[in-house]
Amino acid sequence: MCAKAHVYRRDHINTDEIIPARYLNDDTEAALAKHAMEDLDVNFIKTVAQGDFVIAGEDFGCGSSREHAVWALRGAGVKVVVADSFARIFYRNCLNNGFLAIECKGLSQKVDSGDEMEIDVTNSVLTNKTKGKEYRFIPLPQFALDIIEAGGLLDYVGKK
Amino acid sequence: MGSTITEKILAKHCNQDTVSPGQLINADIDVIMCHDVTTTPALTMLEEKGLTEIARPDSIVVIPDHFVPNKDIKSADMVARIRRWVKANQIQKFYDLGRHGVCHGILPEQGHVAPGLTIIGADSHTCTHGALGAFSTGIGSTDLAAAIATGKLWFKVPESILFNLKGKLPEGVYSKDVILEIITRIGVDGALYKAMEFRGELIDSLSIEARMTICNMAIEAGGKSGIIEADDKTLAYLNGRYKGEFEVVTSDPDAEYSKTYDIDVSALEPVVSFPHLPSNGKKISEIREDVKLDQAYLGSCTNGRIEDLRIAAEILKGRKCHPETRMIVVPATTDIWKQASKEGLIDIFMEAGATVTAATCGACLGGHNGILAAGEKCISSTNRNFVGRMGSPKSEVYLGSPATVAASAIAGQITDPRKYLQ
Ligand code: SF4
Repeated sequence: MCAKAHVYRRDHINTDEIIPARYLNDDTEAALAKHAMEDLDVNFIKTVAQGDFVIAGEDFGCGSSREHAVWALRGAGVKVVVADSFARIFYRNCLNNGFLAIECKGLSQKVDSGDEMEIDVTNSVLTNKTKGKEYRFIPLPQFALDIIEAGGLLDYVGKK
Repeated sequence: MGSTITEKILAKHCNQDTVSPGQLINADIDVIMCHDVTTTPALTMLEEKGLTEIARPDSIVVIPDHFVPNKDIKSADMVARIRRWVKANQIQKFYDLGRHGVCHGILPEQGHVAPGLTIIGADSHTCTHGALGAFSTGIGSTDLAAAIATGKLWFKVPESILFNLKGKLPEGVYSKDVILEIITRIGVDGALYKAMEFRGELIDSLSIEARMTICNMAIEAGGKSGIIEADDKTLAYLNGRYKGEFEVVTSDPDAEYSKTYDIDVSALEPVVSFPHLPSNGKKISEIREDVKLDQAYLGSCTNGRIEDLRIAAEILKGRKCHPETRMIVVPATTDIWKQASKEGLIDIFMEAGATVTAATCGACLGGHNGILAAGEKCISSTNRNFVGRMGSPKSEVYLGSPATVAASAIAGQITDPRKYLQ
């Protein structure tokens, strides 16, 4: 199975675009997934597949604290979001869910939608198999890796 | 080297003498705020993980507000579930319909906020409560669940940015204009992950409510929190409201800031943020085009307080909203509604042709209670004008002060409020 990139060369993609408030009366992942990225790109949900990457510019996930944004993306099949930088609450929410939010400056300019992507978390390397290129990203802090390994914050605090 | 107010509060809550920016800590949480949208997922998680014990029920304040009064069956089910949880766990601080309101209106008004506390809320605008000298920040549902179960939460100690605000505001210019101007200058990620500390002559001159408007929008610059040291006005506000003990915390003179901005507001004008970012602010005199409006919205955790309603009512008194502009007034809390009614403000709004609705988040987030159609334009006293924020992804939201909203409702287009204040 190959993971494809969905590239948005834009900064400040906000949580209202990732999952509009009109769908927040339901918090199940399956229901949210149907509307992932709806106000940004209505075609996203038609083309996204299990394991795919979303790649964007600065400040991804700004706006509301709704964790529904993470669940909508995950529910739609997205495995990794790569951005130049992340808004704080969205980043926390990713981490707390054991969902990969990777900071890699400028990647959205180097990758095209449809490129085949791979990630190696241990060595902090992203591979673009279509273009035969590798990109290093900022390693996740140990604390983040611990939470991801535990399966999310609640399992992490549960174990403690 | 000294510490900032934020560092001091966080240090105290993880039992350390000092903490430094970047450090990861697990802090005790004094107040945990829950609302309808983000709390139900947290309850599901807690049930799934078998973490059903609440660490400190007394720290929890539950305020359903986003889709209240329930807008549909699903949202009614959500609040019903929260109500059962509140009852089962004997949570006392619950603001159900009749005492309800926007969470960030209720929390300080009903005496749950005090200087020196650590406050989290599963809502991004929880930064509002820094206006009373607390460390207060927004988090998501998993964080909320973890804090409910353990009474603690992990934080990376933020760097602080200092905003030294000098001068006095000219007539017709308000704290909303100040914060829109700041966000326009530094950008929507100008304070990413940072604590925004506000002080100076301007802050001293502002009421507590006006200070809340400033801290409320810290998140719109990417900030983790906004904070203002408590002063005599803060203590007067807390008097009779906050029942517990607290300690006023202040920054050391030699505290370190990652950046300092000196801003003089004496010549500031009303600011309107154009679609689709709060940082697209324009000074009112620089707006050349006519922006015709379908709706004017006065409410929200940013500007739905009594002071805001008074400012708008002063402009609307004896005047009429433009026939093609619908005006919706949403007092932020039930108590504000009652006070507005006592003062005759509700009559003024109704006579002007506006409608006044129950306290709710409502259309601020495009939930209900005033949704915009495709192609419609709205001037709003809220805090975000993202694509689709108040309804159709093809609608447009312009942000301004309550005065600008009221003046624009009368004119039917974006208008300088100072025209009506002479
Ligand atoms: S009033 Fe608007 S910004 Fe404030 S909490 Fe409600 S939805 Fe969020």
